[in-house]
Amino acid sequence: MADGSIGLWTVPLAVFGGAIRVSTPFLFVSLGECITERSGRINLGLEGTLVMGAMSAYGISYLSGSPWLGVLAAGVTGALLGALHAGICSLPRVNDIAVGIALMLFGTGLAFYLGKPLIEPTAPRLPAIDFGWWSDIPQVRAALRINVMFLIGVALAPILYWAFRTTRWGLLIRTAGESSDAARAMGHSVLLIRLRATMVGGFLAGIGGSFLSLFYPGSWNEGLSSGQGITAVALVIFARWDPMLCLWASLAFGGAAALGPALQSVGVTSGYHLFNAAPYILTLAIMIITCSPKRTLTGAPAELSITR
Amino acid sequence: MTTEAADPVGAVGAVAPAAEPGFLQRHGASIEYILIPGAALVGALAVFGIFVALFGKNPLDLYFYMYQGAFGTWFSWQNTLTRASPLILTALCTALPAQLGMVIIGGEGALLIGALSATSAALALQGAPPLVIQIAMVCGGVIGGGLWIMLSGGLRQYRGVNETISSLLLVYIALAILNHLVEGVMRDPASLNKPSTREIGAANMIGSIPGTDVHWGLVFGLIAAITAYILIYHTVFGFAARVAGGNIRAAKIVGLGVNKLILTICFLAGGAAGLAGMVEVAAVQGRTNANLAAGYGFTGILVAFLARQNPLAIIPVAILLGGISASGGLLQRRLGLPDASVLVLQGIIFVFVLASDALYGRVGFLKGKS
Repeated sequence: MADGSIGLWTVPLAVFGGAIRVSTPFLFVSLGECITERSGRINLGLEGTLVMGAMSAYGISYLSGSPWLGVLAAGVTGALLGALHAGICSLPRVNDIAVGIALMLFGTGLAFYLGKPLIEPTAPRLPAIDFGWWSDIPQVRAALRINVMFLIGVALAPILYWAFRTTRWGLLIRTAGESSDAARAMGHSVLLIRLRATMVGGFLAGIGGSFLSLFYPGSWNEGLSSGQGITAVALVIFARWDPMLCLWASLAFGGAAALGPALQSVGVTSGYHLFNAAPYILTLAIMIITCSPKRTLTGAPAELSITR
Repeated sequence: MTTEAADPVGAVGAVAPAAEPGFLQRHGASIEYILIPGAALVGALAVFGIFVALFGKNPLDLYFYMYQGAFGTWFSWQNTLTRASPLILTALCTALPAQLGMVIIGGEGALLIGALSATSAALALQGAPPLVIQIAMVCGGVIGGGLWIMLSGGLRQYRGVNETISSLLLVYIALAILNHLVEGVMRDPASLNKPSTREIGAANMIGSIPGTDVHWGLVFGLIAAITAYILIYHTVFGFAARVAGGNIRAAKIVGLGVNKLILTICFLAGGAAGLAGMVEVAAVQGRTNANLAAGYGFTGILVAFLARQNPLAIIPVAILLGGISASGGLLQRRLGLPDASVLVLQGIIFVFVLASDALYGRVGFLKGKS
């Protein structure tokens, strides 16, 4: 409840703090998917990767006592699922969207199966940095308790932007995504490039999942992710496959997702479920506004199956 | 894929007309459609057996209890068939748009909206004769679910929004709408722990097929699947849909109304899933609440892919997967496996079935001599 001193300011403040907290998984998944899609393949299975990442991070953190080992385990699990996706997709005549749907079911099922014993115990969480030490207002301090993972994600966006433009790897990924013939003519294996891009994408998505279980909401249960993975995939589309736009879009999404809980904290409870659906409604609305049936989206990798 | 499988047969006939192609070669393509998914299923069961063995359970026990729980007794058969009926309907939600080359995975959302509108229809007409209410519920479910998926189809056709992603986003939006209404204006004040709508009334339930515990929803599912099969393979409309699915430009050149085709097919697809929601309300739950989001919509996607998007093949596949989910309870009780094991098995089957797509036209003994 509002403590009177800051009144309704609680809402924008909570939305701001929530934007930072909630956006982190969106950020990691969308950056990962950005790499995969730039190489010309879409991985819809990142929803499953996210849940598997959350489960394995929580499990390893609980068993080893180190949350950072958990983050690493989540990344490795994600990379393995990415390798599975890329492996099946490299068979002839296999549709990458369908494989993504399959891995979405497989990943969530496996995470629920293996995660059954993890619902009870408490695992060590990731630490946060207090940027609100200068303030006396508890809400401000709460909003400014920022996790290191968020900062890593924020740093990753410009690095990826730079890497796509100037490094050899960035060029190779973009070549595979724009014209597999050109990549082949240059003597590179398109399948191998896409395998690596999907594994890196899975690695980042797994890390995004570890944030869910190890920081916010900060526990493992079966309702942990409800569509964040798929929303992040959609987010890449209207971020025009640009890592910097992914960052801004993730922040906007985090803010939208934090709106429901923020309003609830000041006593507005009607429409709670509708506010919780805000990220999905926002995604759909932005896709409706930005897509067009007449032209392919600017910046879309030409080899991507959803834009052809 | 069919042509590739048939080509070698034609080649054999042209080169050596004396040697008649054998039974296997002549029916190679049809045999492949049964053999390859079957092999994928066996492979998936084997991998699941290994997976379970890693947790110290005997895989043979697993297969035995799965069979027992799914098809072992009359009781299990009834359980299986009850679960198969919504799966047939939600699978149609993916299989019908697939004829047009669209990948719709939002059957769960259409199911929820269908359930909600069917319940609303029943509650609005309280006091009317049961038959009127039941017909109104069918209409409500079909129209609600149909419009929901038509939204995805329309967004794709008029705004270029990818239908796979939009239909999945609509699942979460449908769930939010359902929760909002069930905990708000439609809430029955008497439902304390589990917010629900008021009951539609025992007299208005559609009941069971005489002599069984299987509800009439199964018959709805069978009729829908057979109608869909006739529609796709034996009518001009279905032919037009398959032409448009094969080559959209060719369809436009010959003057087919592609927009209308897509919207109609999406409406029918969503209507099938909406009917599944109506059946779950009118035959099982008796009211709408969050229990309806039981994942039938997502398993339906798997059924459609395993049946290779063929409406008739959906029927046996739905019974098979209904059996797997029916056996979940027995696996939990006898082997102590978590309830998510059914999900894991479904995921493995899905992966195997998709990977097996690579095998079509490559199975040696079906190709004839070359």
